[in-house]
Amino acid sequence: METTVTKKTERLIGKPIRRREDPRLITGTATYVEDIELPGMHYAAVVRSPHPAADIKGIDTRAAEQHPGVVAVYTGKDIDHLGAVPCGISLPDLRIPHHHLLAQDRVYYVGHPVAVVVAGDRYIAADAVDLVEVEYEPTDSVSEPEEALEAGAPAVHAEWPDNVAFTHHQEGGDIEKAFAEADVIVKERIVSQRLAPSAMEPRGTVASWNSGDETLTVYSSTQIPHILRTLMAGVLGLPEHKLRVIAPEVGGGFGSKCELYPEEALTAFIAMKIGKPVKWVLTRRDEFLATIHGRGHIDYYELAAKKDGTMLGLRVKIIQDVGSFHMLLTPAMPTLSVLMLPGLYRFKNVHADVVGVFTHRMATDLYRGAGRPEATHGIERMVEVLAAELKMDPVELRIKNFVPPSDFPYDTPMGVSYDSGNYKAILEKAVETVGYSQLRQEQQEARRQGRLMGIGIATYGEICAFGPSPALPTGGWESATVKIEPSGQVTVMTGVSPHGQGSQTTFSQIAADELGVDIDDIVVTHGDTSTVQHGVGTFGSRNTAVGGTALVLAIRELKEKIETYGAMLLESDDVTYGAGVCTCNKTGKTVTLGEIAMTSWTGPTYPANTQPGLVATNYWEPPNFAFPFGAHIVVSEVDPDTGEVAISRYLAVDDCGKVINPLLVDGQVHGGVAQGLGQALYEQVVYDDTGQLVTGEYMDYALPKAAMVPTIETDRTETPSPVNPLGVKGVGEAGTIAASPAVVNSVVDALSHLGVRHIDMPLTPEKIWKLVQQGGSA
Amino acid sequence: MIPQEFNYSRPGTVQEAVDLLADHDAKVLAGGMSLIPLMKLRLSAPEHVVDLGRIPDLSRITENEGSLHLGALLTHHQVATSALVQEKCPLIAETAAHIGDAQVRNMGTLGGSAAHADPAADYPAALCALEAKVRLVRKDSERVVDIGDFFVDALTTAVEPEEIITELILPVEEAGTGVSYQKLRQPASGFAIVGVAARIRRDGGRIAMARVGVTGLAASAYRAAGVEALLEGSEGSQADVAGASAAVDEGIEAISDLHASSDYRRHVARVYTARAILAAL
Repeated sequence: METTVTKKTERLIGKPIRRREDPRLITGTATYVEDIELPGMHYAAVVRSPHPAADIKGIDTRAAEQHPGVVAVYTGKDIDHLGAVPCGISLPDLRIPHHHLLAQDRVYYVGHPVAVVVAGDRYIAADAVDLVEVEYEPTDSVSEPEEALEAGAPAVHAEWPDNVAFTHHQEGGDIEKAFAEADVIVKERIVSQRLAPSAMEPRGTVASWNSGDETLTVYSSTQIPHILRTLMAGVLGLPEHKLRVIAPEVGGGFGSKCELYPEEALTAFIAMKIGKPVKWVLTRRDEFLATIHGRGHIDYYELAAKKDGTMLGLRVKIIQDVGSFHMLLTPAMPTLSVLMLPGLYRFKNVHADVVGVFTHRMATDLYRGAGRPEATHGIERMVEVLAAELKMDPVELRIKNFVPPSDFPYDTPMGVSYDSGNYKAILEKAVETVGYSQLRQEQQEARRQGRLMGIGIATYGEICAFGPSPALPTGGWESATVKIEPSGQVTVMTGVSPHGQGSQTTFSQIAADELGVDIDDIVVTHGDTSTVQHGVGTFGSRNTAVGGTALVLAIRELKEKIETYGAMLLESDDVTYGAGVCTCNKTGKTVTLGEIAMTSWTGPTYPANTQPGLVATNYWEPPNFAFPFGAHIVVSEVDPDTGEVAISRYLAVDDCGKVINPLLVDGQVHGGVAQGLGQALYEQVVYDDTGQLVTGEYMDYALPKAAMVPTIETDRTETPSPVNPLGVKGVGEAGTIAASPAVVNSVVDALSHLGVRHIDMPLTPEKIWKLVQQGGSA
Repeated sequence: MIPQEFNYSRPGTVQEAVDLLADHDAKVLAGGMSLIPLMKLRLSAPEHVVDLGRIPDLSRITENEGSLHLGALLTHHQVATSALVQEKCPLIAETAAHIGDAQVRNMGTLGGSAAHADPAADYPAALCALEAKVRLVRKDSERVVDIGDFFVDALTTAVEPEEIITELILPVEEAGTGVSYQKLRQPASGFAIVGVAARIRRDGGRIAMARVGVTGLAASAYRAAGVEALLEGSEGSQADVAGASAAVDEGIEAISDLHASSDYRRHVARVYTARAILAAL
């Protein structure tokens, strides 16, 4: 048999290789959950609560059941024996309400699943939803977390009338001393509003029960197929090895698909009940109602400093809007914020109190950045407030307080260790590239002309590459298997579950370089618990740093075996493998990887003490997180007549460690910035006073479109991480984390001479116009 | 899209369409930019949908005795890019270019937008400023309605259930008339928080004709008669324009929603009225 593997000496790591995923995505040949059609498919549709808080007095399903084509209707009593929607976080005083897959005798938010209708046709299922009659007795509800904390507020869960879901305290250093020694203390209330993660593909699940061997196959739009399998097996009471979970093509998640949602388990439950495959796909409206929201912080900051700008300490109270139930990682979100509170600054005194609050809303949980954007927005706003108070230049103030490059690894007062960095260098690079001093002069001139020009700086540090296992309820390791097929092609199976990141491309680059083979001879697979070794999944900017490292280590192990086979074929003890061939160092004779692979699988003889086949698996536990950092600078202009903001420049200088593929890094920065800018200027999930979701469509939820995003200039520094052999850190969330403070700082800067110190997001024209009006009259 | 069940007809001629409407309680579908989302959300559940999309006669652009006749099924893109429309009635072309996004402009229609009468739609401002006339056809008769009588209230027009809009009749601009449409976009939908269309003609040193149409501020689009009266006869100085623009919300009950309060809308209406007039001058 011909071997087809091509040897390759050109290094691909660091090259802008085009995404190998894109042809199928842009030609419509990718297979998403919605594309899966199985013989005998049935369709589930969910009846949702129109009330934020109500007692269920009765559910009449008869009309729906009698509707032609309807197969079954299930309500709370049908599933009360099943497990709860899981929360994976432990905190000492965490209160976890039992989160049934369907509401029992009460509903807790608009969109709460109350019943599910199954039919052989999705249109009939949708019609029958309207025929399920639920008798509700509405009760008082509470939407705003600070109102929920007030005495006498309606209790979301009767057993906890104070609406406190959890508290968390963390401190480092001596905060009292820091504040006692301070010359100046600046205070601000800073809100990071609720956001809708807005993955392009809505959530959806197909479940198929094989009654012969009693196995269940679940296709779900998820970021965590292996974890979902464990969780779902637990909820359903099904032995885990009877359950196969497949994440097919997944059209984005941004954290929102790191869950076990009620509907996923319900779809599986129904498939088992009716013995037919069942599909359920969320509509966009229901996506807004019933997919987790991100952020939802109200934070009270106090920053203490000396007159010369030396920052001494930070005291923060975080109020986290939980919603009515915890989802998988909800309580961890503000605790992640706490870890990043000091940002890039070296002050050692931090005091943080968190209170999670139940409200009659959909749960919050991880959304791109997950806790770190809130913290970065806070500290980067507070630095600006301090700079204004001290009349110091914000660049100078930052540089004065940065952790110096000589201090790495740097132990922060929050108990984490920043791996590597040079913060001053990256800010100076950004300042120089953007022409900062020139811009300040232009700003003076603009003000003389009555124009409102602003220059916004945000520096950020990020905790990513999740992570060491003690930090995660799921385990923080990752896995990879590398198999050289008999004909020489390479199959990589990774435990991560990419859904837009382009990891098939980056992992192919890594494997091509490590093995010295052509990138076209490599296939990267993932997302199927029956074919891929156990894995953790994709979130927290971890794919390359953790999954990529497992891949490198698996290949390195395999290379030893390749050399063992090469030695046998070359009849020499002194061989070296590289660039697709094994070479005898004495004779110069070579044997190709393809020849070695064929021998390894088909014999006829094998080296002593060596198993047949070329396959290796590595499970890699990282010793630490990685900590990317960067500096973004935004130039904006505010229309004094209307409050409209126009961004004239956006510069992003990021350091994500070693870069595998600059094209993908730029893409991640662009997408991340668009989402952070969306939060800064446009996006907000709004519930009205009666607990109804106002922003339930893209007609009202303002996701930035391409034309609303400015040109983004990107640049980099490259500080390798010592945490992993690739030296990579992570870049999936960086843009989102940096963009919101950079944009807000620029707009506040534009209005600073009017006495404006802070504006909460989103920066709507009306909000800004009012500030201009007040400033003008002040 | 998972709407409720409905019957669907696709007439090939206007006569077939109005015959269908005479015999059925039906909703008319043109570009589908408003009806389809409503049906998707099941906020609208018509028993019968009459799709006008294949009637060729309704996409014509003709000039006739000082008027431009625009077929109701012309897409926003066609209106925006037609050389004839750009030359003879530039305001409607400019306005069409502001609507939605490329997809919406390729699907949405002039007649559909007018018939839907969204309080924040762009076209109605221009149609008011242009003093457009709307031709309405039913089974055995037809009528022409002045735009001032056409927009009745939010999502409500003079179109009867059995009628369809076949064309909009707009004036061919006289030489020397300047036009402009200026809008503050609602960031999510792209509709107007406020949109102002202006047509201004100078004669000698003074403004001889001023027409100002406003959308987004009130339940339906309207002509700002107070602004027009203050402008006409004035020299059109900055101060004249500012003074006149202040009258744009006289007697108007301003909308308030998530995206803008009524006070802010009033303010922005004055700012954008002045900008539209100055751009047209």
